[in-house]
Amino acid sequence: MPTTYALRINGQSFSVDADPDVNLLTVLRENLDLTGTKYGCGEGQCGACTVLIDGRAHRSCMTPITTLAGKSIITIEGLAKDDHLHPVQQAFLDEGAMQCAYCTSGMIMSAVSLLNNRENPSDAEILQFMQGNICRCGTYPRIVAAIRKASAAGKEPVR
Amino acid sequence: MTRRNNLTAGLEPERYELHEPVSFIFESDRRDFFKFLGAGIFVVCAASKTTAFQESGRARRASEDNLPQEIDAWLHIGEKGEITVFTGKVEVGQNIRTSLSQAVAEEMRVPIVSVRMVMGDTQIVPFDMGTFGSRTTPVMNLQLRRVSAAARDALIALAAKQWNTDPAHLTAADGKIIDPKSNRSATYAELVKGQQITQLLPAEDPLIPAVQWKIAGQAVPKVDGRDFVTGKHRYPSDYKLPDMLYGKVVRPSAFGATLVSVDTSAAEKMPGITLVHDGNFLAVAAPTTALAEKAAAALKPEWKAEPQPSSKELFEYLKKNQIPAEGRDSLHETGDVQKAFASTAHRLNSTFNIAYIAHAPLEPRAALAQWNGDHVTVWTGTQRPFGVRGELATAFHLPEEKVRVLMPDTGSGYGGKHTGEAALEAARLARAAKRPVKVAWTREEEFTWAYFRPAGLIEVSSAVDADGKITAWEFHNYNSGAAGIRTYYDIPNQRIEFHPVNSPLRQGSYRALAATANHFAREVHMDEIAATLKMDPLEFRLKNLQDQRLRAVFEQGGKQFGWNKPRAANRGFGVGGGFEKLGYMATFVEVSLKPETGEIKIERALTAFDCGAIVNPDGLRNQLTGANIMGLGGAIFEAIEFENGRIVNNVFSKYRVPRFRDVPPIDALLIDRKDQPSVGAGEAPILGIAPALANAIFAITRIPLHSLPMAPQLVSHGYQLG
Repeated sequence: MPTTYALRINGQSFSVDADPDVNLLTVLRENLDLTGTKYGCGEGQCGACTVLIDGRAHRSCMTPITTLAGKSIITIEGLAKDDHLHPVQQAFLDEGAMQCAYCTSGMIMSAVSLLNNRENPSDAEILQFMQGNICRCGTYPRIVAAIRKASAAGKEPVR
Repeated sequence: MTRRNNLTAGLEPERYELHEPVSFIFESDRRDFFKFLGAGIFVVCAASKTTAFQESGRARRASEDNLPQEIDAWLHIGEKGEITVFTGKVEVGQNIRTSLSQAVAEEMRVPIVSVRMVMGDTQIVPFDMGTFGSRTTPVMNLQLRRVSAAARDALIALAAKQWNTDPAHLTAADGKIIDPKSNRSATYAELVKGQQITQLLPAEDPLIPAVQWKIAGQAVPKVDGRDFVTGKHRYPSDYKLPDMLYGKVVRPSAFGATLVSVDTSAAEKMPGITLVHDGNFLAVAAPTTALAEKAAAALKPEWKAEPQPSSKELFEYLKKNQIPAEGRDSLHETGDVQKAFASTAHRLNSTFNIAYIAHAPLEPRAALAQWNGDHVTVWTGTQRPFGVRGELATAFHLPEEKVRVLMPDTGSGYGGKHTGEAALEAARLARAAKRPVKVAWTREEEFTWAYFRPAGLIEVSSAVDADGKITAWEFHNYNSGAAGIRTYYDIPNQRIEFHPVNSPLRQGSYRALAATANHFAREVHMDEIAATLKMDPLEFRLKNLQDQRLRAVFEQGGKQFGWNKPRAANRGFGVGGGFEKLGYMATFVEVSLKPETGEIKIERALTAFDCGAIVNPDGLRNQLTGANIMGLGGAIFEAIEFENGRIVNNVFSKYRVPRFRDVPPIDALLIDRKDQPSVGAGEAPILGIAPALANAIFAITRIPLHSLPMAPQLVSHGYQLG
């Protein structure tokens, strides 16, 4: 039976009617039309559905809707502020770090999480953290370059 | 002005790629078009007779009410000077929205922001066979340059008429027509204002040579890039309509299974469910995905399937299940190989096994379908919008003018999205539900019910003389395909044959087709011959190679890579190269080996590439690196495992694809031949990495690697790679 859930997404409060076994990805895409977060595998293996929950990367396809009370969710749509891109978004543009760009939302959200929680990560740390995100087009080296660039640009953490 | 002329109807050359002809109908008449476009100048460019007749003389009846049927491209200049270009090509990440915009901006002499590309909407773009075969740059780029040059001339003619002067005196620059003599100028917007003109122009205007390019040839960033980093862009799987339902297809128990019976009683009791049982098609639609999944799970189908081969016995199966070859390219013979082999003391034989692999585009197939009376509109991710239109027309017994397919920029394809499965499924459900329906495949569905890169068995035999000249070359490819099968080395006696096989799995196009398998076998075998001669593999290639552009990528790539520099202990160099889809490519790899553990690591790679005059060097580098990384997957670990009509590894947790830590430093040497036509770059750069890697490993281990993927063979010898 559908239950009503209160969610805080991109600084706004939402009330969502959903079955308890529905995951956050489906709620974002179907109930709220926040389609910037992508489905890629449904088993937490590809990272396309990555969002921030209280500032840390989570796979929304594996996140039950029942676990989100009182938490702050940030999706790709909530990253830019008043038309100003987040440094990670800007760095992805500057480095041309995309081809089809279907993975880009998840890549950016993972990168933001990394930089939220680790100042100036080393290349090895970047690779380790991003290992769970798949880009089938193979833009990995540019994504690493973009994360380095955004890391150098610095920014208050997004939570 | 004229909208019909006497150009003869025909087919454009790329149509040969498909077996069945697709009919060619424009449903919009000109008035509809102007409603859509508004006032302005509408420039239509017709194919030249030579290209129209290149492949087929089959003529089509021109319809009185329709536009001419030989149209390559069209373009509209609106009253504000905005330029809208219409093409059947589609964007799947290869970045042609940008590179084609550059071509138009260059010839129109406007900033790139003035150009808007309308792509892959079957109702308003000229017919196009599809986006494959690396044809966008050599064919569509050129056609759009022609239509743009024609539009530029139309604007010059307008200005000349207004100013009562000779058009030959006028030039175009920065979105204006200028009369240098009188210093008069008019913007395109000023010239177009109040006009409603259709120009049908022959596509023969002189084009701006590459050495004079100002916008083409530059590293222009991805058009609409901001929409992708903000999540604003809507991919096909993101599309929605009011009152839309979510569809779920109940899949058969195995490939080729037939539906014997189904108990629908439980699902039918669920509120808001639409159920379709039509032959073997069993599916539901519901207001949410969760409800659709519940209803689908409540169905109790009984399937009947035949026993089928498994991946364990694949290569024996391929050899035993040949079918007669069709078409002209299955056998190539030069000289007399048997005689040449008879007179040699050293015949070298190798057999190669190539596994099935999956495209695994990160966006699985998705479609949204909406019926309006007996017209259907479908938004879907496909490399062949017109092909999917044909599939829908056939499936629903409709004339093609009642079907519209739109292709939003899609989450990749790599040759894997030529078909319209999700479009048909969504349309069938939408017809039953009398509401729009979206079908978005799961990863398991994409891994199972799409199609695969063909597996292959390849047998190579060669003979070489004491001077290092190859005298005989015999090459048999079973199933994987004929693309790239011919050798570009100069060999007097050749027999090269493709043997089609009744494939146990559904198979189709994959980035570069069988050229990957054929280059792998050919280039690995080349190193084995060089080893028997104790010759340097690069020197051996050059000794047997005359083509100057191919020599150039080997020589210049080798120089940049440092091929002739001393190699450290336990380091191996390898090279693999070739010519494919009009591009010349050589890839170099360095590997290291830890003898105590057997660990092999790729230290670096370099690809030298010549695709004529470079349209966008940044996009080209992105393609080169991406192709090498994708190629690493098929080279090292990707393989589809199947058993009795089912895919065993149909999820990313069981099917490994390249990830961040799999990627070595990859460099690109771009050879910009401004004197040569621009050609594609999405496919050829994938070919070199597998043989270069195998050859580099061979250089230190002396183990000939004859399988794609190579990791299992390496493990059996006590080595690990990746």
